[in-house]
Amino acid sequence: MADHEVHEFDVIVIGAGGAGLRAAIEARAQGAKTAIVCKSLLGKAHTVMAEGGVAAALGTVYPEDNWKVHFRDTMRGGKMLNNWRLAQIHAQEAPERVLELEEWGALWDRTEDGRVLQRDFGGHRYARLAHVGDRTGLEMIRILQHKAVSMDIAVFMECTIVRLLKDGDRIAGAFGYWRESGKFVEFKAPAVVLATGGIGKAYKITSNSWEYTGDGHALGLWAGADLIDMEFVQFHPTGMVWPPSVMGILVTEGVRGDGGILRNESGERFMFRCIPEMFKAETADTEEEADRWFTDRKGARRPPDLLPRDEVARAIVAEIKEGRGTPHGGVYLDIASRRDPDYITRRLPGMYHQFKELADVDITKEPMEIGPTCHYVMGGLKVDAETAAATVPGLFAAGEVAGGMHGANRLGGNSLSDLLVFGRRAGLHGAGYARSIGARLEATSDQCEEIARDAVRPFDRSEGENPYGIQKELQDTMQTLVGIIRTEEELLKALDRLGELKERATHAVAEGNRLYNPGWHLALDLKSLLTVSEVTALAALERKESRGAQTRDDYPKMDPEFGKVNVVIRTKDGEPYVDQAPLEPLPQDLRELVEAT
Amino acid sequence: MAGTSTVTLRIWRGDATGGGFEDHEVEVSSGEVVLDVLHRIQATQAPDLAVRWNCKAGRCGSCSAEVNGMPRLTCMTRMNILDQTEPITVAPMRTFPIIKDLVTNVSFNYEMAKRVPAFQPKPKPPEGYRMAQQDIERVQEFRKCIECFLCQNVCHVIRDHEENKPQFAGPRLFIRYAELEMHPLDTGDRRELLQAQMGLGLCNITKCCSEVCPEEIHITDNGIIPLKERVVDRRYDPIAWLGRKIKMRRSGRAE
Repeated sequence: MADHEVHEFDVIVIGAGGAGLRAAIEARAQGAKTAIVCKSLLGKAHTVMAEGGVAAALGTVYPEDNWKVHFRDTMRGGKMLNNWRLAQIHAQEAPERVLELEEWGALWDRTEDGRVLQRDFGGHRYARLAHVGDRTGLEMIRILQHKAVSMDIAVFMECTIVRLLKDGDRIAGAFGYWRESGKFVEFKAPAVVLATGGIGKAYKITSNSWEYTGDGHALGLWAGADLIDMEFVQFHPTGMVWPPSVMGILVTEGVRGDGGILRNESGERFMFRCIPEMFKAETADTEEEADRWFTDRKGARRPPDLLPRDEVARAIVAEIKEGRGTPHGGVYLDIASRRDPDYITRRLPGMYHQFKELADVDITKEPMEIGPTCHYVMGGLKVDAETAAATVPGLFAAGEVAGGMHGANRLGGNSLSDLLVFGRRAGLHGAGYARSIGARLEATSDQCEEIARDAVRPFDRSEGENPYGIQKELQDTMQTLVGIIRTEEELLKALDRLGELKERATHAVAEGNRLYNPGWHLALDLKSLLTVSEVTALAALERKESRGAQTRDDYPKMDPEFGKVNVVIRTKDGEPYVDQAPLEPLPQDLRELVEAT
Repeated sequence: MAGTSTVTLRIWRGDATGGGFEDHEVEVSSGEVVLDVLHRIQATQAPDLAVRWNCKAGRCGSCSAEVNGMPRLTCMTRMNILDQTEPITVAPMRTFPIIKDLVTNVSFNYEMAKRVPAFQPKPKPPEGYRMAQQDIERVQEFRKCIECFLCQNVCHVIRDHEENKPQFAGPRLFIRYAELEMHPLDTGDRRELLQAQMGLGLCNITKCCSEVCPEEIHITDNGIIPLKERVVDRRYDPIAWLGRKIKMRRSGRAE
């Protein structure tokens, strides 16, 4: 066995988006020797792409807002499948986490009287999103990055973890490779925080970057941890659809929060036809009322354009399917006819720039063409609400890789607050756990040897499969068979195809040498991509109902029995299998909050 | 799909030990950007072609390169703005050491970032901070920076002068200093450091950095020049110096 580099820490955090940075900052503040390991350069993680804002009931714009209303909105948006305690802690702690960033230098947009301005978003009763134009994620990642850099946290950039290490039942570290040199590196640590984000690269039309290959989901599962809610993949209603090369790039919900509306090909505001029973009481049913809402919050109800994302995405898909879509297969998102150009370029400078540069569309003059794009996975590692601990001792998870917080559908803005609240908790309790362990744990050396041997196999083959070809087929399969609308027949077909791809991936070949070799990196990423794709299809098959982001054509209604369970994925002899676990019952006082109108 | 054509991309291939340009003939569809075409080459011709990228939407600043000699984000460079009848050259940023192909070692920027003294906020009043929107807009402009390092790449102080790097933070970092200096809540003073160790004086405001900034930040006009004025103000202006002394004595602080 070739020698490899070894580092020892109390806590290692895998991933350097908002959750990872916030976890590392907290672990270090607790005195733990802490490292961040990330696939890209520091400051490039997916959080940078978040546009519209971070949800927190600060009550600066609407004093009547508070954590209870935020909790209610989150649970209703998640179709009551959320872990209530996660949702409660989230709503209670988000304001403190958002204001704390000001002490670290963040400059949120301000109200007239100099406080934090809040913006409207889908599913939130009050204007609740603290933001910086439409580049909120960039502000957050930069502030967290500067904070982390000032705190003596070791950062291993462009370093990919391929396996977690264990000492018996406990986590003992992680093993990976430097992308630059291809050399292997071992991290010994009693506590590992997964903050790896999501799985969006399993889909063809996605707002997610190459990094989103479900690494943390797969690493956790392979190490014996439970995943929950994997059937719930959020398709953001508004991604770009034209030109084809930009298909899937995100268009912020802030466009609708700031007055933009959805129209079909003939100009009709079709959302008024698509208001579900659950939201009828709080949604405007005439254009006049919807328009009035922007200036009269007390006397008018919210426009249906601002329903939760699952509802809007489904409505758009139906509209296109029934032949009322635009020439490029989307619908129109129109802010040009509703707001003056100055307002649009001031509130949405990134969107203006993006459409101008990439699509030759001036959004102050013409409507945008948009359609749903894979955006977020609600499912993830099952975690303890107080500590963010996963079901394997020593493993913690925060942000998108953790499951339960958002239930069947996440509200916009709740992801940035989630990663601050539970990133902090994961770092805090990861450090505490590491302290309690005291002695170093040791992974057996054959664990590392086996992982390393397996990782270089793509170079041993003189001929075999092109990993890019396999990835493309996987993305096509997930897009067409495990997409927004699902059936048993298609899901079974998807599992068949994924099985074949899994087999073919064992023949994936890498050309050249180990120096910064994207083909080889992809061959390795395919393992986690295939695993998360398979478990998504398995979970979608198990949930025989339509709820939130899961729409089953063969089970079009919500089934109260499925409202009482999470679909759980576990492994047996290395193979994933599906199970169900009852939800924690919602305490009466919180139930009353949720049922309040 | 409307319009496909074939173009030649002349890509620099190699590593720290050397390399050269290689031609790749490749199909291009309308609406595509340079990064799309690089990805097609990866998927079909050269799987080990090293390219750094993330968001493909001009928001992360990973995919910087020199396209036909111009420093650009490859994800925001539309193919139809380039003359497709001639080979299109794509080369790595020249100011940073090559790792492989289009990927360079940009650790210089991260090392310089570590040397920036952290934000030092005023104490938080019980009712929270209040700031007027107009007082934070300049700093918000600097915060648009996506750290693509194109400004560092074109800065002639370091582009062909490796020896200047240890004592020159470069435009990206000057913007970071400016952001702290102009932050309404920050109490630090980094002017001496800027002049003595970060090489602010070496910048002779040719504005190359501002020209290539994909975020259109007015790096020179709004960042570097005001910083230079503040430094001069601190160092040489006797009236300002006297005024500060008196003020400090009144507030009982030592310099």
